[in-house]
Amino acid sequence: MQAEVQSPLRVYLDHLERGELAYQFSLAAGRPVFFPRVLCPFTGSDQLEWRVSAGIGTVYATTVVHPPEGAPYNVALIDCDEGFRMMSRVEEVAPDKVRIGMRVRFRLHRPGGDEPPYPVFVPVEAA
Amino acid sequence: MDGLKRGSAAIVGVAESDLGQVADGLSVIDLMAQGTKRALNDCGLSLKDVDGLFSATAQSRLSVLALAEYLGISPAFLGSTIVGGSSFEYHVAHAMGAIALGLCNVAVIAYGSTQRSIGRKQATVREINPYETPFKPFMPTSAYALAASRHMHEFGTTREQLAAVAVAAREWALLNPAAWEKKPLTIEGVLSSRMVSYPFTVRDCCLVTDGGGAIVVTSAQRARSLKKPTAYVLGFGQSVTHASISNMPDLTVTGALAAGKAAYKMAKLDPPDVDAVELYDAFTINTILFLEDLGFCKKGEGGAFVEGGRIGPSGQLAVNTNGGGLSYCHPGMYGLLLLIEAVRQLRGECGARQVRDCEVALTHGNGGVLSSQATIILGTEATL
Repeated sequence: MQAEVQSPLRVYLDHLERGELAYQFSLAAGRPVFFPRVLCPFTGSDQLEWRVSAGIGTVYATTVVHPPEGAPYNVALIDCDEGFRMMSRVEEVAPDKVRIGMRVRFRLHRPGGDEPPYPVFVPVEAA
Repeated sequence: MDGLKRGSAAIVGVAESDLGQVADGLSVIDLMAQGTKRALNDCGLSLKDVDGLFSATAQSRLSVLALAEYLGISPAFLGSTIVGGSSFEYHVAHAMGAIALGLCNVAVIAYGSTQRSIGRKQATVREINPYETPFKPFMPTSAYALAASRHMHEFGTTREQLAAVAVAAREWALLNPAAWEKKPLTIEGVLSSRMVSYPFTVRDCCLVTDGGGAIVVTSAQRARSLKKPTAYVLGFGQSVTHASISNMPDLTVTGALAAGKAAYKMAKLDPPDVDAVELYDAFTINTILFLEDLGFCKKGEGGAFVEGGRIGPSGQLAVNTNGGGLSYCHPGMYGLLLLIEAVRQLRGECGARQVRDCEVALTHGNGGVLSSQATIILGTEATL
């Protein structure tokens, strides 16, 4: 039997491979949906449209992880201007200088090896 | 859960298993069985009376089957809802419903963990979330740290106020012979400890211990024939708002708001009626968030509320009287131990940490990363 749906994660990663931060938009709800999925969590509709974010957002929450070994690093929640929130980190600024409300811009990070690319953010003024 | 009737069931037996660092080689089912035996002894019932069995643990996929096999019983009703540390508050409500329907009459709810003995990595299956794992958050701590950052940003909550929660918990723990931590703690001591995920140092984080226990739930009618004072289930409420922290709608408002409202409504009680408050303090921010969401202070004022020892043994509100997950015991899914402490407070069994004239105790369980919230309000015979 042929698969009826594509993997939302696969589509998301394919966009990232092309340097695009993609999200879904629910036509029924008139709202963005993130993380990508097969149905809209607001209406139950399966009509979800893929869109590409402009990649601009605001830091909603932030922490600095202090691992037992190695340098501290940032983990943040970013509110993208299109109205969806995602976990990421802010680079090009010391991890403890990342501030809530800071305007940030998407940048693709390629960890290399078998790991897929993922989105990080940098301060808008540094971009 | 509008179908549950105030005071129709009661928690009649409670017991911890061995806690802290248990004997080498003990299994989580050993601990559940030990807790079960002690809890049944506590109320004068025996295994042959048990016709409902509930359990949850991170270390056994089909734990309620393993426990039934171990105890040599074939209960008429089984439950194994697992929603993190608040699972056992849900179990109480499910047992209450099952008892009301006649599906069982004496339910045991059990828990066990050996996460300290075998190491946290061995105790918990690591789950990959492709939208979070690449950023290497130190979970669950970083999720709660993100919530704390937002609370600090919106309301000006300080690290010293977070630390005050840990200090109060330690003061209570020093009154509890079963507590893991035995030495005093100061605000400066919290702030200067090893940073884990800002703003949390290791002293803002719950302990990593072994432990477990069991409670026995039965009908109010049966409860009255048993030997100890009865802790009636007056109210229950629950709320699930998200699973991963990226999907929590507002990091400063938890599902405790909805859970608490439902529990107070069922109990026909309000926050000022509560004598002892047992909150799931996985991290210092939890206590602040839950005091706000459960109506003990206004949203945003939790930081100021916990200052000056207000929730400590000499304070105005008795919060986490056993020393909490921060200083007494935290085996990973602490919610069962909240219920045990609440029942003991209502019975007046708590010695140096006993809350005077304790008639109503509120327990609030938390699961996941502020994800599954459940409130149980318990009361003495006088509150019926």
